[in-house]
Amino acid sequence: MALAFDEYGRPFIIIKEQGQKSRIRGLEAQKTNINAGIAVSRILRSSLGPKGMDKMLQSPDGELTITNDGATILEQMDVDNQIAKLMVELSRSQDYEIGDGTTGVVVLAGALLEQAEKLLERGIHPIRVAEGYETASGVAVNHLEHISQKYDFSASEIESLVQTCMTTLSSKIVNRCKRMLAEIAVNAVLAVADLERKDVNLDLIKVEGKVGGKLEDTELIKGIIIDKDMSHPQMPKWIDDAKIAILTCPFEPPKPKTKHKVDIDTVEKFQTLRDQEQKYFDDMVQQCKDVGATLVICQWGFDDEANHLLMHRNLPAVRWVGGVELELIAIATGGRIVPRFQELTTEKLGKAGIVREKSFGTTKERMLYIEKCANSKAVTIFIRGGNKMVIEETKRSIHDALCVARNLIRNNSIVYGGGSAEIACAIAVESAADKHPGVEQYAIRSFAEALESIPMALAENSGLPSIETVTAVKSQQIKENNPFYGIDCNDVGTNDMQKQNVFETLIGKQQQMLLATQVVKMILKIDDVISPSDF
Amino acid sequence: MAIDRLLKDEATEEKGERARMSSFVGGMAIADLVKTTLGPKGMDKILQSTGRGQNVTVTNDGATILKSLHIDNPAAKVLVDISKVQDDEVGDGTTSVVVLAGELLREAEKLTMTKIHPMTIIAGYRMASECARDVLLQKAMDNKMDNEKFKSDLTNIAMTTLCSKILSQDKEHFAKLAVDAVLRLKGSTNLESIQIIKKPGGSLMDSFLDDGFILDKKIGVGQPRRIDNANILVANTAMDTDKVKIYGARVRVDSMSKVAQIDAAEKDKMKEKVQKIISHGINCFVNRQLIYNYPEELFADAGILAIEHADFDGIERLALVTGGEIASTFDNPESVKLGHCKLIEEIMIGEDKLIRFSGVKMGQACTIVLRGASVHMLDEAERSLHDALCVLSQTMNDSRIVYGGGWPEMVMAKEVDALARKTPGKKSHAIEAFSRALQSIPITIADNAGLDSAELISQLRAEHHKEKTTSGIDVITGGVGDMEKLGICESFKVKQAVLLSATEAAEMILRVGEIITCAPRQRDDTM
Repeated sequence: MALAFDEYGRPFIIIKEQGQKSRIRGLEAQKTNINAGIAVSRILRSSLGPKGMDKMLQSPDGELTITNDGATILEQMDVDNQIAKLMVELSRSQDYEIGDGTTGVVVLAGALLEQAEKLLERGIHPIRVAEGYETASGVAVNHLEHISQKYDFSASEIESLVQTCMTTLSSKIVNRCKRMLAEIAVNAVLAVADLERKDVNLDLIKVEGKVGGKLEDTELIKGIIIDKDMSHPQMPKWIDDAKIAILTCPFEPPKPKTKHKVDIDTVEKFQTLRDQEQKYFDDMVQQCKDVGATLVICQWGFDDEANHLLMHRNLPAVRWVGGVELELIAIATGGRIVPRFQELTTEKLGKAGIVREKSFGTTKERMLYIEKCANSKAVTIFIRGGNKMVIEETKRSIHDALCVARNLIRNNSIVYGGGSAEIACAIAVESAADKHPGVEQYAIRSFAEALESIPMALAENSGLPSIETVTAVKSQQIKENNPFYGIDCNDVGTNDMQKQNVFETLIGKQQQMLLATQVVKMILKIDDVISPSDF
Repeated sequence: MAIDRLLKDEATEEKGERARMSSFVGGMAIADLVKTTLGPKGMDKILQSTGRGQNVTVTNDGATILKSLHIDNPAAKVLVDISKVQDDEVGDGTTSVVVLAGELLREAEKLTMTKIHPMTIIAGYRMASECARDVLLQKAMDNKMDNEKFKSDLTNIAMTTLCSKILSQDKEHFAKLAVDAVLRLKGSTNLESIQIIKKPGGSLMDSFLDDGFILDKKIGVGQPRRIDNANILVANTAMDTDKVKIYGARVRVDSMSKVAQIDAAEKDKMKEKVQKIISHGINCFVNRQLIYNYPEELFADAGILAIEHADFDGIERLALVTGGEIASTFDNPESVKLGHCKLIEEIMIGEDKLIRFSGVKMGQACTIVLRGASVHMLDEAERSLHDALCVLSQTMNDSRIVYGGGWPEMVMAKEVDALARKTPGKKSHAIEAFSRALQSIPITIADNAGLDSAELISQLRAEHHKEKTTSGIDVITGGVGDMEKLGICESFKVKQAVLLSATEAAEMILRVGEIITCAPRQRDDTM
């Protein structure tokens, strides 16, 4: 197979060590790949929607994750198949770009692949299928734009944002208090949002979790929490109007980077060195004190002596604060990170209204709250919950909600959820297919069918008769020419998504379709898989 | 066409029914494991560690048992985790929470057998747990205003907590110890200022509460054994050779005489340091780090009591108790806050000498000295006392109480049952199941006490059907008793935490539709 002949008719080998490689090509390769893709999407299919089930994942080290976030499941699954890895990438890119809809995108891609397989069996060339999909996705995305609605909100009028976040949260384990969490997420995003530029820097929102308490105790703190305590047990636990010196240099004698030696050969030298050393500590603390700092936050450790000197001079200090936290503190308090004591000036100090230490539960765990900061544009969401898994899952859910809120601020168009948008697109794509001559027509029609698989999965997961429900909704949409009918997953009694207040962001949906089409195209174009064979 | 390999080798995937079954089984197995330790007549477990020394622990504390298990089942891990959180958060009820979660799963299993979807069960459980919590809130009693009564509440709670432990023989004694200790804290939950010292020997009854502070250390040789009106300097400083901290410094000399000179300089330096310390006007010096012989001798000469190598906790506690500050530099004696106490003396407990600081400035701290026949017994006693202290300190903050002996469970079960009857739809089955799960706690208590649980529960239920009742299971007489008269109380906070985290955990396990286990990481066995 991998043998070719040169112009003199001598054979030579193209692929080396061909005995050790396995190779599949042609239609067979496409089918194998499609199967792998479908297998991945089938795993996620049961997690879709508000009644979707969770997955329990045990990592190689025995760590446990329970989640229904598509991106997290795939990332932790440790897949080995190359095509399956592509699907993982797909979900991840949706996560990075939009933050939500990571399950939906994989399910859609899986459905597209399933349809493609049927077309291939009919002898349609993969490229033609790919092109048909491309056209269809264009139609669908345009139609989404067409049925989308603008949603108005302002900093005071947040109801619509909260509703959208609630749709996202309703599929997670936290849906017990989704209203509260949605409000927290929206308030957090609005606190850091730049409404003029329509941009949100999510790095400014810190999500911190601590086991214990209950989910209802989760709170939004307009400030920063760090999981550290004061370096000396007797330093004050409450500081009002703190002026914070943010340092990245240790309270230790300097360590020059060049190699050097200090030789001590006389008693005098020994003594001067000692005095020198004491002076170092004294100077350092004095410098902080001179600029008027009332709290020192340092990235490094302190020497015992320095620690006591700080305590002695009534200058509370926190040590070993991580780099990211340090940056957040700097942003929140409007201070500057100072790398050398000499450069410390009054202007570079951060300001915060209250800095306090709070302890939790029966163990001696403490956290430091920095509140009422000069610049309120950094907030912390502090999650409490019964166990580690709940906290982790809540963190992920909050992240999704934050992303959704951010997307709405960037672009305030929404489409309705519950599969209504997919059904509407399917109808539009189908009618477009009829106008398209050529082989692509089949592919376009298949795309429409694939779109329907999302409401189908939603209905299945909600325990509804899937085919009946989806066809009923579809005919209702066509009859009443209203694209807002979807699947009534929560058994509310109406399937008008506008009344149920189930929204999703337009860009999220569009991105889903574009990404899924892209990946499917890529998989279809592969006709040769060469991999090292097993031993 | 079959896809050959989607996941890595050795990775397993369990789906749907099988996944659910495996988590049900795992959860129930864990619950059954600790079930027998529930209640005043619960049995203990012996745990033997696989580590070096094959340490043996005898305990009936749910969290301790579960912590020491090596578990492979993912659902079981969730239960272990909630028990741990319960321990950290409220300190007690670690067994109850696991038993309740296990029962919820057992009921859920039966429901799934009858083809009810897990999501429906979850919805029902949620409604039920909301309802149960409301009932608990209504029925909780608050005696914060009435000091006398509050104290008796505290004693009752302590006794209830302790009666299921090894200390049950002397529960009055220990309950009093614990209440006294916690009342000293004046509402703070900082249990650090209560020190527990374990000394084998004597009997449990010999345990006592000392209102001073006891440090498990010896006094240096040739130093005073007893100091009145002590001024204490608490320090964390190197008292061996004071190293030069400047980076890269080293001593290089070219003759023997210079070595001697440097040596002398070092000695001088130490002497100077000691002088500085002495000039604080102290007569007791406690250091976290070692004190070498030379400075120790100097201290002895000055008639100062020097205690070396007090550990981190010890030093912090001592600083807290005596009101001194932990010092590391000694250049300005006038501004360092010294600790004070009326009397420092060496005392003997059993065969060991300890140092007692009595008449300390801050009344908050105290030390509980536990005595007992064996180390295992002492360990268990410490755990039990710790539980009691945790519960009490939490009750100080949230003073609401409920009765014990299965009373709150029966009350909740009754209301939840009523809710089930009012709710239309499949959810009502789940709500009913929740009520059954709640009832299984008094059933377990009765079973463990060797009583006829079926008979007792039906009596109890009949009793609870009346409007206002305070009856629960009285394991001593083996019948239904009045909890108010018997003085069996539990903290409301503990009960609420049990209810909420058990439901949360059960819900989490129920939601799982698939388990994917990654291939275990390959480790080198060459070590």
